[in-house]
Amino acid sequence: MGIRERLSGNEAAAIAMKQINPDVVAAFPITPSTEIPQYFSSFVSNGAVDTEFVAVESEHSAMSACIGAEAAGARAMTATSSNGLSLMWEMIYIASSLRLPIVMSLVNRAVSGPLNIHNDHSDAMGVRDSGWIQLFSESNQEAYDNLLMAHRIAEHKDVQLPLMVCQDGFITSHSIENIELLEDDKVKEFVGTYKPEHYLLNRKEPIAIGPLDLQGYLFEHKKAQAEAMRNAKKVIAEVSADFEKMTGRHYGFFEEYKMDDSEIVIVCMNSTAGTAKYAADRLREQGIKAGVLKVRMFRPFPVDEIAKALQGQKAVAVLDKADSVNGAGGALFEDVTSAMFVNGVTVPTVNYIYGIGGRDVPASDIETVYKDLVEVAKAGKAENPFRYLGIREK
Amino acid sequence: MSEKMTTNTPWQDLTIGGTIYDAGNAREFKTGDWRSQKPVYIPEKCKQCGLCFPVCPDDAIPVNHEQKREDFNYDYCKGCGICAKVCPFGAIEMK
Repeated sequence: MGIRERLSGNEAAAIAMKQINPDVVAAFPITPSTEIPQYFSSFVSNGAVDTEFVAVESEHSAMSACIGAEAAGARAMTATSSNGLSLMWEMIYIASSLRLPIVMSLVNRAVSGPLNIHNDHSDAMGVRDSGWIQLFSESNQEAYDNLLMAHRIAEHKDVQLPLMVCQDGFITSHSIENIELLEDDKVKEFVGTYKPEHYLLNRKEPIAIGPLDLQGYLFEHKKAQAEAMRNAKKVIAEVSADFEKMTGRHYGFFEEYKMDDSEIVIVCMNSTAGTAKYAADRLREQGIKAGVLKVRMFRPFPVDEIAKALQGQKAVAVLDKADSVNGAGGALFEDVTSAMFVNGVTVPTVNYIYGIGGRDVPASDIETVYKDLVEVAKAGKAENPFRYLGIREK
Repeated sequence: MSEKMTTNTPWQDLTIGGTIYDAGNAREFKTGDWRSQKPVYIPEKCKQCGLCFPVCPDDAIPVNHEQKREDFNYDYCKGCGICAKVCPFGAIEMK
């Protein structure tokens, strides 16, 4: 059952793409996701896939080529990071509004400037409102698994939205870990073939994609897009359940670590969850009931489920690896607190901006967050909810 | 999928992404009312040289089966004036 391997996160993503064998891959290299198209182009050269690989001249063109391919009726994939995603920005919205289920491997990196090539989530947060499904991955295994589930979610007739699978640049993309791969034929069977109902290369049905959409129509099309994003929740649950049947690996909207009896909880995404679980274990040795809530499905956001999971906690900290620079909290904090508010859940909650530009996040830093939460829980309220973790200051 | 979409169609009944399941549908979108200046065709000066209709960005210069241009179709003329600019014989005037 499964193939035991040891791979970096980028290798895992490239191998997932090889097993998916999409019709088109269009990508432009950018650190730290460069290796994904690099490995993939060698699969193309070696004949391991029959994908048309388009070595484009920019990320704007990469996304444009994916849009063209997907609209033509093909299955298209790409990979990028940081400023590469920034350069795609115009086309990112086109892809989602034309309802093209393109799948992207996004290796998260700080958006410059000043110039930085290391990990934070500012790239993904920049497109959080663009209508793409966003799945986050703690490890190489999760990046691989999420990619294998991606097409079935994105292409589902009730969804038809593009999807990005995120993982942390360098921290997981360049770290070699154990991984369990699926056999090629199992992946092929699970992913299935793409059979769009309407596509440009269908000569029996000539169509026009992306026409002018003025005051009388755009609002309704956006509403349909928003509804598709709501539908994605159900589809993600179904596909994840199917995936679990095949692999035994469980994927929910989020992972609850030691939350059965927890009193204080850290909410975070991607690789930090691993550090947080380690820190929670350490605190539990001291009798502190610490838990971790790791968000996998950030878009659509699991509003009611997260509120329910946090109900009854004594204090919560939401860790944002991107500063929204808004004089208030980070994106994840805003979503979590808003989810709690609309569900009538009132737990003292604080926000920490952390790990910006690849700043190391040691377990000792996470432990200080838990220690702060013990104080918040004791006081029953949080002074200064907008905090920074690991910042140098006088 | 040939039902007409109108500004009374509820969002559930619009096509996904606004896709139009029909070919050549640009003809149904008349852009003539964008015009602030209009080209006037002077047939006496026209030598049927064929330079004007390929430069029209829309469909405003009809060409008949004898390969001859006819008078403007103002439904599609945005008044850009490119045809008047390329005409070597002064057979198109902007007014």
